[in-house]
Amino acid sequence: MTEITDYKQVWTYRTPRARLWTWAGWFALVTLFFWCWQIMTEDTIWAFVSDAPRQAADIGSRMLPPRISYMSELWGPLWDTINIATLGTIGGVIMAVPVAFLAARNTSPSVRFLRPIALFIIVASRSINALIWALLLVAIIGPGLLAGIVAIALRSIGFVGKLLYEAIEETDARQTEAVQATGASAAQVLIYGIVPQIMPAFWGISVFRWDINIRESTILGLVGAGGIGLKLQASLNTLAWNQVSVILLLILVTVVLSEWVSAKVRHAII
Amino acid sequence: MSAQSYPTSWKRPAQIVKDPRWRIALQVGIVIYLILAISTIDVNWTRVYEGLERGQRFIMGFLQPDFTSRWRDISQGLVESLTMTLTSTVVGVAISIPIGIGAARNIAPGWIYAICRSIIAVSRALQEIIIAIFLVAMFGFGPFAGFLTLSFATIGFIAKLLADDIEEIDATQVEAIRSTGASWWQVVNYAVQPQVMPRLIGLSLYRLDINFRESAVIGIVGAGGIGATLNTAIDRYEYDSAGAILLIVIAIVMVAEYGSSYLRKFLQ
Repeated sequence: MTEITDYKQVWTYRTPRARLWTWAGWFALVTLFFWCWQIMTEDTIWAFVSDAPRQAADIGSRMLPPRISYMSELWGPLWDTINIATLGTIGGVIMAVPVAFLAARNTSPSVRFLRPIALFIIVASRSINALIWALLLVAIIGPGLLAGIVAIALRSIGFVGKLLYEAIEETDARQTEAVQATGASAAQVLIYGIVPQIMPAFWGISVFRWDINIRESTILGLVGAGGIGLKLQASLNTLAWNQVSVILLLILVTVVLSEWVSAKVRHAII
Repeated sequence: MSAQSYPTSWKRPAQIVKDPRWRIALQVGIVIYLILAISTIDVNWTRVYEGLERGQRFIMGFLQPDFTSRWRDISQGLVESLTMTLTSTVVGVAISIPIGIGAARNIAPGWIYAICRSIIAVSRALQEIIIAIFLVAMFGFGPFAGFLTLSFATIGFIAKLLADDIEEIDATQVEAIRSTGASWWQVVNYAVQPQVMPRLIGLSLYRLDINFRESAVIGIVGAGGIGATLNTAIDRYEYDSAGAILLIVIAIVMVAEYGSSYLRKFLQ
């Protein structure tokens, strides 16, 4: 019987090899960070950076006291902002539903051709921000509410489409099969087998997106797509910082309220 | 005794609003709102009609993107965006770790908890664009303001999710470490950190992806990056260059999304 005499005296969490790799990983990250930092700050004017606290104090003193009387001019733009978000959400959801059904593996009529196209639509819509859509649409169909609504709708397709197609793929296949066994046509299978299962998810996603859209539509006016952002842009351009603070307060209240409404509604549905 | 008459048709029961009176009221309300909302949209149809030609040119630009003639500007914008994304994610995550630990109810004392939660709330409530407007006004144009904006926005996102994650950890492991006589730092290091690390890495990669997407937007208000190039291209009606930029953004986002989901699987 041989005895093991050579015990390791110190416990370590990882093997030396794993430790080496972790260190190499962290080292690479730090090097990359400093390299990027170097490139990024090449053209930075440090005099402006060191001056920033003074600028901040200056802007702060101009913003404070907020010009409350300006509120009376803001109700119209606020109503427009809410309309942009709501109508945009409705438009986006209407466009997203067919895309979601094409993208879901279990309902797509052609997994090989239509599914990749639907997935590309979803990714393209998700990766381009509403503000960029608005920038394009203002150039194409002119400034105004319509550009904002279409921008919000196009942006919503990706979000709603992605979450909805995941919900469709997660439906219970046995229920669909049960409907099929009664001799239902393909359309009836969709209506009675799949739609009831995704209905709660559908309403939840739509309300959630509406809440995000309220947030996004407040700034669309910066590029001319209507709503309260137009007032923000006008106040910024005239350096009326005490109006800017009123607008920001109003946006903050609207966003908090819409978040509260959406949380309540989702809680009631799910 | 007559045979009970069975219904011959079936109607699906209502799923959400059960009371029919409420349902009708809700439907009427929605219709009234839609009429009011749609009537306020003031569309100048001649302008839309004239714009269609421009829209067609944009679609042509998208189909035949022009990468070459503005490549110098595009590549500069891309480099700014990418470096901004990486540095802001690293700095944002580094700052949000202490804030996230402070905002976890189970390991932080009450007053620190309150401070950290309010920092998170402020960072989450404000849109990136609005923060960018202010930071550009303070720090001047360029990617440095964008870097600060994205770092600030990252703090709200990562710190909140990290704090929620720490609050949900397995308390028995913390107790086990504490019963060996470990100090607060040792508890965090040996009981909390191993439980939240995989998720923290996943969240950081996800935020990297979001920060790149946002960096394409904040350039519109002067915070550097590819957004500034895009804004200029659209303002100059160079739709083929704008199409090229958008395609590059979509491609990078797709690569980042697939890459980060692959990395997350590999690391967990």
